[in-house]
Amino acid sequence: METESHIVAYKTLGLVLGALLVLTAVTVGASYIDLGWMNVWIALMIASTKAGLVLVVFMHMKFEGRAVVWSFVSTVLFLAIMIGFIFWDVAFR
Amino acid sequence: MEVVKSFFETPEPARFTGIWSWLFTLDHKRIGLMYLYAIMFWFLVAVLLGGILRLELMFPGETVLSADLYNSAFTLHGVIMIFLFIIPALPAVFGNFFLPIHIGTDDVYFPKLNLLSWYLYMAGGVVAIFSLFSDGFADTGWTFYVPFSISTNTNVSTAVFAAFILGFSSMLTGLNFITTVHKMRDKAMGWLQIPLFTWSLYATAWVQLLATPVVTITLVLVMMERFFNVGLFDPARGGDPILYQHLFWMYSHPAVYIMILPGMGVISEIIPVFARKSIFGYKAIVASSLAIAIAGSLVWAHHMYTSGMSDTAVFVFSLLTFVVAIPSAIKVFSWVATLYKGAIQMTPPLFLSLCFIYLFSVGGLTGLVLGAAGANIHVHDTHFVVAHFHFTMFGGTGFAFFAALHYWWPKMFGRMYDFTKAYIAAILVTGGFMFHYVPMFILGLQGMPRRYYDYLPQYAGGNFFAGFGALFMILGIGLMMANLFASLRKKRDMESNPWGGVTLEWTIPSPPPLHNFVQKPKIMVYPYDFSGIVDTPANKSEGA
Repeated sequence: METESHIVAYKTLGLVLGALLVLTAVTVGASYIDLGWMNVWIALMIASTKAGLVLVVFMHMKFEGRAVVWSFVSTVLFLAIMIGFIFWDVAFR
Repeated sequence: MEVVKSFFETPEPARFTGIWSWLFTLDHKRIGLMYLYAIMFWFLVAVLLGGILRLELMFPGETVLSADLYNSAFTLHGVIMIFLFIIPALPAVFGNFFLPIHIGTDDVYFPKLNLLSWYLYMAGGVVAIFSLFSDGFADTGWTFYVPFSISTNTNVSTAVFAAFILGFSSMLTGLNFITTVHKMRDKAMGWLQIPLFTWSLYATAWVQLLATPVVTITLVLVMMERFFNVGLFDPARGGDPILYQHLFWMYSHPAVYIMILPGMGVISEIIPVFARKSIFGYKAIVASSLAIAIAGSLVWAHHMYTSGMSDTAVFVFSLLTFVVAIPSAIKVFSWVATLYKGAIQMTPPLFLSLCFIYLFSVGGLTGLVLGAAGANIHVHDTHFVVAHFHFTMFGGTGFAFFAALHYWWPKMFGRMYDFTKAYIAAILVTGGFMFHYVPMFILGLQGMPRRYYDYLPQYAGGNFFAGFGALFMILGIGLMMANLFASLRKKRDMESNPWGGVTLEWTIPSPPPLHNFVQKPKIMVYPYDFSGIVDTPANKSEGA
């Protein structure tokens, strides 16, 4: 069985860590501004960006083959569809 | 074929012997058998509970169970049957045992994780039992609906925690299977050379992996509600009780496909072997497995038509429910078309498979009655639903489990059971099943609600007959198990291919050796090519 290892440079890891901290600060800052219906979408977009960074760099998704990447993408897509379908209910109640 | 030691005689890791060689085993076959013994135990407990429930309902008024005890008994029956039997039965037992063999490898990708899954499964069962002896078992039904599950004084938290642990076991098994199929498949085996049972396990594993986290976190939320009054599902605090139903069914409806897909895979293996004919529509069956896994994950709210959700959602989910019937029908057509003009050899596994096709078809078609929003409202929460569910899950997955036991028993244990007793048991179970559940369809259409320990006088006749059916069914199950286990007293002398099968498990000794393949497996261009099968040893060994 083959095992592969990838070493990410400390500089890259540090930059990603910095980006995550900055985005956390942005999340907190955004919570103090009332943007109406965009409140939820902005919070979700920031959180998704952070999750994406963790996945791609910290969890080595960028080194994986197509099967794993597509498995992951389809998982996210599926979750989005599932959450979206609940809106058929909530939005039209 | 040269004589090689079976996995029974060669522990893995080799340093352990006796019971320890099982409890610490990393061999997928031993882990499969450990699941088998545990699952059979829970199945028989749940059958017994179901029998007691039917005994209570056989006559009007309180007979053997009080109302409270009845509530706990049907909850426990449901929780055990769903979480400890039907969900793990086929993937954990036969998937563990045969998936690596089907793809020409020696084990699953994560053997230690595989053993951990078994321990989590056992821990979940122990916690469920523990909850029985502390404040009484939950009386909510296996669905744990809010607000009742939050307000009842019975031990919902422990029961929910048991389901939470069992969820992890299921997810880890799914993860292991997906990785194994991707990473350990024989290099000569393309995707369209994989046997259909393994295909069905692969599709199931994705559902296990994607849907199970939803219910595990939902059950944690129920516990948080009970302990901390968070208000997630309480309208007075801005929560939404219907959200719980969405989250619960988002897993629990796909879960019925986790239950049935491997069953369909089993039938797809058995039918061509005993029709001596290549499976009709291999690609269509593969595609329908994936279609069921995908479409089946998007129909959950058809359980909620009367919950108060929006009419738009009712329309959308009703439409999608009809869509999911299509791939299921493709499979049934393919099985029947495989039998057409086949050189059919009747054996207990085939007989049980034919029973499966009939019972599952009835279950599927009555599912469309429930999927149609208008009809659903009339029969919602009646015995019609109970009958439909048991036709699909017991008539479907349960019978597929029985068929799989009879099909792979000689391979797993190297011994053949008595055919006559197997047929008598199968007839008893099937006849009892019909006698048991058909009256429930009628009772449901007449308006008898489910989950009540008593009923109005006009329902007495149907319940009385249903009780008789249950008795025959339980007798049949007892005979079936006794017949199978009695075979273990015989000498282990089964040949490698008693049925004349062509998938890889039939090319290795019975029972298989530790690393499955003595020689490098020969992968066929098409996995169901029977042109090389000229003899059918099962006829010679029948009743041996």
